[in-house]
Amino acid sequence: MSDLVFELENVSTTYKNDGKEFPALKDVSLQIKEGEIYGIIGMSGAGKSTLVRTLNRLEEVSAGSVKYYGKDLAGLSSKELRNVRHSISMIFQSFNLLEQRTVIENVEQPLKIAGIKRSERREIARKMLQTVDLSDKETVYPARLSGGQRQRVAIARALASDPKVLLCDEATSALDPKITGEILDLLKKINEERKITIVIITHEMSVVEKICDKVAIIDEGVLAEAGKVKDVFTNPQSKAARKLVFPSNPFDPSSENGKLIRIVFDGTNANVPFIANLVEKTGKKVNILSANTKSVGGIGYGQMILELPDNINDQKIITGFFKDSGLSVSEVDRI
Amino acid sequence: MSDYIIEAIRDGVFETLIMTFFGSLFSYLIGLPVGVILYATSKGRLLENRPANIVLGTIVNIMRSLPFLILLVLLIPFTRFVTGSSIGTVATIVPLTVGAIPIVARMVESSLCEVKPGIIEAANSMGASPVYTILHFIIPEATPSLLQGAAINVATVLGYSAMAGVIGGGGLGAIALQYGYYRYQKDVLWTTVILLVVLVMLIQEIGIFISKKTRKN
Repeated sequence: MSDLVFELENVSTTYKNDGKEFPALKDVSLQIKEGEIYGIIGMSGAGKSTLVRTLNRLEEVSAGSVKYYGKDLAGLSSKELRNVRHSISMIFQSFNLLEQRTVIENVEQPLKIAGIKRSERREIARKMLQTVDLSDKETVYPARLSGGQRQRVAIARALASDPKVLLCDEATSALDPKITGEILDLLKKINEERKITIVIITHEMSVVEKICDKVAIIDEGVLAEAGKVKDVFTNPQSKAARKLVFPSNPFDPSSENGKLIRIVFDGTNANVPFIANLVEKTGKKVNILSANTKSVGGIGYGQMILELPDNINDQKIITGFFKDSGLSVSEVDRI
Repeated sequence: MSDYIIEAIRDGVFETLIMTFFGSLFSYLIGLPVGVILYATSKGRLLENRPANIVLGTIVNIMRSLPFLILLVLLIPFTRFVTGSSIGTVATIVPLTVGAIPIVARMVESSLCEVKPGIIEAANSMGASPVYTILHFIIPEATPSLLQGAAINVATVLGYSAMAGVIGGGGLGAIALQYGYYRYQKDVLWTTVILLVVLVMLIQEIGIFISKKTRKN
């Protein structure tokens, strides 16, 4: 069990508003293993930011336990907790850099807290800036940097204390898609080279698809689904997961009896021409309303929304054919 | 204007500057820590402590609501105890300091409140202690705002120093009172007023300039 970094058991939290208590997380249990990139995804207000803050006890749990390498965080004294926090770094959506300090002074900050000598601090900070490719910005103030550069400084700062874990709270949400991609590549590189466990909070599917090994879906404070990204994204079980994974369908069937279905295929059968086979074998035709293919962890998976003919018998033959071919088929609700 | 008045005005400017400088210095020596404590002990802050906050806050509020002229009179025994006299330039520094402390404290507190909560959360996540967070995260981030507040406070102390002329303090205020008010020498009155205005404006501009220079965002 030593490779378990975080173990959450039936975690619940509450927040106070006007003296009343509201639940933020309800009975969440999950495990994060060493070296994983773990994505936590959900709509805003779902409780994912609260969840990530229970991992370094910025947020106290009201029930259940959060264990970090087997140790219950709730049982730590404030001094022990500060030591634990040296090994769990965090980056934020709004970067949270000191605006009145230069880039290198920002990167040195966690080392200063740990009581490391000035000359040594400089040296480590320089190395960290090299890692994030910002060596030329040492003496610049954060206000002069772009969003992507600021997040790189934040990452360098997070890495300076040589942490075991990096928590990312919507770290790419304030950045444009191209810069998001660069930051994610950097995180992936850090994960591989330094064997750091990374927990990523996001509301963007594309972030999880791009770098996460595992994913947990949080919906209204409840853990809706968790597992390997490939499994959850190709075959989502919960309603919340389906809502996230499948984009909503903007079409209605063109006639009264028409029916829309969604077929999902994963890497194992993505190169089979299903539609052509359908026409050839059964002689029935379908209308493709939308289709897309994504790469999840290097494996192609896709989904299509098809409109079936009016005849109920034909509909049965067509869905039967797809099911026999090993695709997952589900009916699409009318708008 | 006769020579001796010009000489008196020259001395007055010097005395005013001395009073303003030391009054401001001492009021910051005490007011800055008081402001930090007011900030840190308030609700939801790093060292939340309601009893301490209420006691300190009440004292500050009472001191702040006393008109400065009344405070001058009330403090005469204390001033005499500290400086051995209740009149003159040095003696005036005592009530100036006491009067400015609550203003400085509240100004400092509001500057610190402007620091983004995210900065404090980042410090927390790095394992910084509350005191470390205040000294190395919050105060440095608030420095430009603190300096801007200081410019206003110094100008206030200068204004107060003129008022001290009423009970025998030195400086331009005393000259304006003695020659301008009691002797109806309008030219002396206006000269001192203009000098006071110029001094306040100078302090304000220098303060804002320094604050802008230090601001990096």
